[in-house]
Amino acid sequence: MRKIGVFVCHCGTNIAATVDVKAVAEALGHEPGVVVSCEYQYMCSESGQELIKDSIKKHGLTGVVICSCSPRMHENTFRKAAASAGLNPYLVEIANIREQCSWIHKDIASATEKAIILGKAAVAKIHLNTPLTAGESPVAKKALVIGGGIAGIQTALDIAEAGFEVDIVEKKPTIGGKMAQLDKTFPTLDCAACILTPKMVECAQNEKIHIYSYSEVTEVKGFVGSFNVTIKKKARFVDETKCTGCGLCTEKCPMKKVPNEFNMGFDNRSAVYIPFAQAVPKVAVIDPANCMMLKTGKCGVCSKVCTVGAIDYKQQDTYINETYGAIVVATGYDPIDLGKYDEFAYSQSPDVITSLELERLMNAAGPDGGTLLRPSDKKHPHTIVFVQCVGSRCDDSRGKPYCSKICCMYTAKHAMLIREKYPDTDVYVFYIDVRTPGKNFDEFYRRAVEQYNVHYIKGMVGKVEPKADGKLSVQASDLISREQLHIDADLVVLAAAIEPDKTARPLATMLTTQMDTNDFFTEAHPKLRPVESATAGIFLSGACQGPKDIPETVAQASAAASKAIGLLCKNSITCNPCVAHSDELMCNGCSSCEKVCPYGAITYINKEFTMPDRTVALRRVASVNPAVCQGCGACTVACPSGAMDLNGFSNSQIMAEVDAICK
Amino acid sequence: MQEAMIKRAKELLAEGIVNRVIGWKRGEFAYDSTPAIFETPEELERDFVYDDLTASNLSKYLIKESRKAGKILAFLKPCDTYSLNQLTCEHRVIRENIHVIGIPCDPKIDAEKIKAKGISGILGIKNDGVDLTIDTIYGKESMPVSEAIMEKCLSCKGKKHVTYDELIGEDGELCDSGRFDMVAELEAMTAQERYDFWRSQLSKCIRCNACRNVCPACTCEKCVFDNDASGIANKAAADSFEENMFHIIRAFHVAGRCTDCGECSRVCPQNIPLHMLNRKFIKDINELYGTYQAGEKPDSVSPLTSYTLDDCEASIVHERGTE
Repeated sequence: MRKIGVFVCHCGTNIAATVDVKAVAEALGHEPGVVVSCEYQYMCSESGQELIKDSIKKHGLTGVVICSCSPRMHENTFRKAAASAGLNPYLVEIANIREQCSWIHKDIASATEKAIILGKAAVAKIHLNTPLTAGESPVAKKALVIGGGIAGIQTALDIAEAGFEVDIVEKKPTIGGKMAQLDKTFPTLDCAACILTPKMVECAQNEKIHIYSYSEVTEVKGFVGSFNVTIKKKARFVDETKCTGCGLCTEKCPMKKVPNEFNMGFDNRSAVYIPFAQAVPKVAVIDPANCMMLKTGKCGVCSKVCTVGAIDYKQQDTYINETYGAIVVATGYDPIDLGKYDEFAYSQSPDVITSLELERLMNAAGPDGGTLLRPSDKKHPHTIVFVQCVGSRCDDSRGKPYCSKICCMYTAKHAMLIREKYPDTDVYVFYIDVRTPGKNFDEFYRRAVEQYNVHYIKGMVGKVEPKADGKLSVQASDLISREQLHIDADLVVLAAAIEPDKTARPLATMLTTQMDTNDFFTEAHPKLRPVESATAGIFLSGACQGPKDIPETVAQASAAASKAIGLLCKNSITCNPCVAHSDELMCNGCSSCEKVCPYGAITYINKEFTMPDRTVALRRVASVNPAVCQGCGACTVACPSGAMDLNGFSNSQIMAEVDAICK
Repeated sequence: MQEAMIKRAKELLAEGIVNRVIGWKRGEFAYDSTPAIFETPEELERDFVYDDLTASNLSKYLIKESRKAGKILAFLKPCDTYSLNQLTCEHRVIRENIHVIGIPCDPKIDAEKIKAKGISGILGIKNDGVDLTIDTIYGKESMPVSEAIMEKCLSCKGKKHVTYDELIGEDGELCDSGRFDMVAELEAMTAQERYDFWRSQLSKCIRCNACRNVCPACTCEKCVFDNDASGIANKAAADSFEENMFHIIRAFHVAGRCTDCGECSRVCPQNIPLHMLNRKFIKDINELYGTYQAGEKPDSVSPLTSYTLDDCEASIVHERGTE
């Protein structure tokens, strides 16, 4: 019989206000094997831990049950305390009476009853706990950054700066991301390209950084310290090692009518193209959907004009396998599709545009060389209406419930730049409210209002209608003067909500990381661990975790890098001893466990067994690699014969808990 | 057909391609036929039968047989080939050690259904496709074939063999016999009605274990119900309600692996429609994860025991489940 100590924590009033902790300690004191049962205000505090250690020594405890917060929070704390008193740390069980009890119940009587039941389950389980010893596994000294926008670039530069190798995987043909498309950046109005492109070049030149552009992560196996990643390098039909980026092929390509993604479709590019002049790597890529040679086999102009023979129509997708110690996700964002916002006539009129489209129209490298012209008739717009929160802070299914955070500031920037360059233009901004927390942000907005006389109107635009004379009739309400407004605008700019990139969801599944309902990656702790995911070794950088402007993104990117560096500095990490094992006598060799194992930890061996009838049989049985197993338990559930079991969470332990709860 | 099978079996034995044959032989009564191993042409001539009454699925016997020395010849009906594929999939048989001859199959006759008509003392059965002529110790009786067809054949998946090394006769087509209609009827019941239905059915169980022993998906080295250490063995015998749980546990156990061969219901001495539990799981899998037929291919991967990036989220499965 185990000698069990039960320690009930008040957690201040977090638990004690809803659960009668004295009654819990009293009730659990009568459970079989319990030799001491007590409560204390803060069990995780120094003196709380001393109480546990003293009891272990005094009563010779062989099992400790702590009724407290979630094991995610303090299991490690209590395991360490037990270990320092000479008890195997895996002889400690946590009954979560905070998150799973006191925080979610209001009635003291029923919450107390539930806390007692949870405690009984933990006591029942600990009778079957066995001492476990953790092993160690090595850390691959290399990081992977998924996404080559400003977040990914900054993270990669910082990790490389610390002396570690880092690979960037970018799905587009060039790194740079959204920032490369921006014109000026708030609140200092410096040009985005001027501050971004040097960093892109730095990435390309840094010998510790390798850029896999036009590539995607297709498979992730393994675990912290040793992620085995498969990267698909999509065929670009141009030999990267030969192409000099001279651009001759793009000039000669006869297929010139492909909408240019970089300029948001305002102009065209050729089928073989370099996304923009400062692209990194500056290597051409052939768009197979539009290339005549790849579609029909007739053309081959680019191949003829290329002086270095870089064009390769037969190029295939290639797959690269690499091992990384840490992975940083920096998949960024996209503006939402405005197809469902018919009231703003986005799909009816070319003069209703998104803010990102305006960035290109105003950019010196944009379709009109930086002169702001209406897309429809290329005339100078005299009245411009900005509509804020299109799809942000939205309570219907068309939009997003959250604030996209960046729109207030970039709209102030747009308004200011337009008024600066074209003082004869009237600029209206319709807003729900203007949100400008951030260093020098409110001053920036006030400059737009006070110095540049931008008309800020609190109220929403109800309808935008294209008129026969080419104007856009804007109907809106002014909530302060309580008036209906009718403005004939030349250009309407919609601040579309931003959402996580569509590739993030499948990536999260591959990485076994969590996402929220909006598909933003969930951080390990919203306040205290904001750049780590709950999956060890996976870090979050930039807007994939939530809407962010550039300064915040860069700050978070560096923070994620520092966390990754902290991991890469270690030579080895302690493994989780709660891994699966197979009872070979029961194993059928059916491969069910192998198929469900997300880590590839299970292999099969043919082994000779002496059977009950004394014959020798060669049987196929499962074998778990404990260094690879992460203890998720999927195999134990899939195993039809019950041969697979998980250390620390054995079938019999879980059944004992269930029995204790159902008693 | 029987003659052609014996002839081919003798040839394969003579050529040394196989050293034994698994088929059927007559049991104690004319209407019970039982799986049997034949090692010589003489045994084949004397005992081998294949007719309207040879309904049993031979695939499960191949787990042990395929591990013995030499190759075995197995005659498999279309539905039996699904079981063999599933067992191959689970590495429970050594497929290379089996020479499979796919044999055509007409709906099997259920002697129990004949007896239920009050016909006893059966000596033999003749089937002209429309009527059965039953030779009994009391004289000749007759009844329509349609009324004597075995339950599992009424929900036939089709006459296509999914694995074979050679065929006798032509390979058939898949067919839709509306096998999920009965499940839909059960689903349409209220929870209480359904509970009452299963309680009344399962309370007939005498725990003879015939369903488990015949099931080609029940092939564990040591069954949890026979394993004291599992903590389940005694539980399932604790009271009559727990007893009923035996079948539910077994249905969960074979979920995603059951090919719907219908052997469980065929052998049940209490005529419990056990296959309906399994078929409910098959229907659910089809609806929640996309159509899946266990054993269709020798390398098929069950949606319940596979992990792919295309798997939908648990919440979506839950939503679909409540539709």
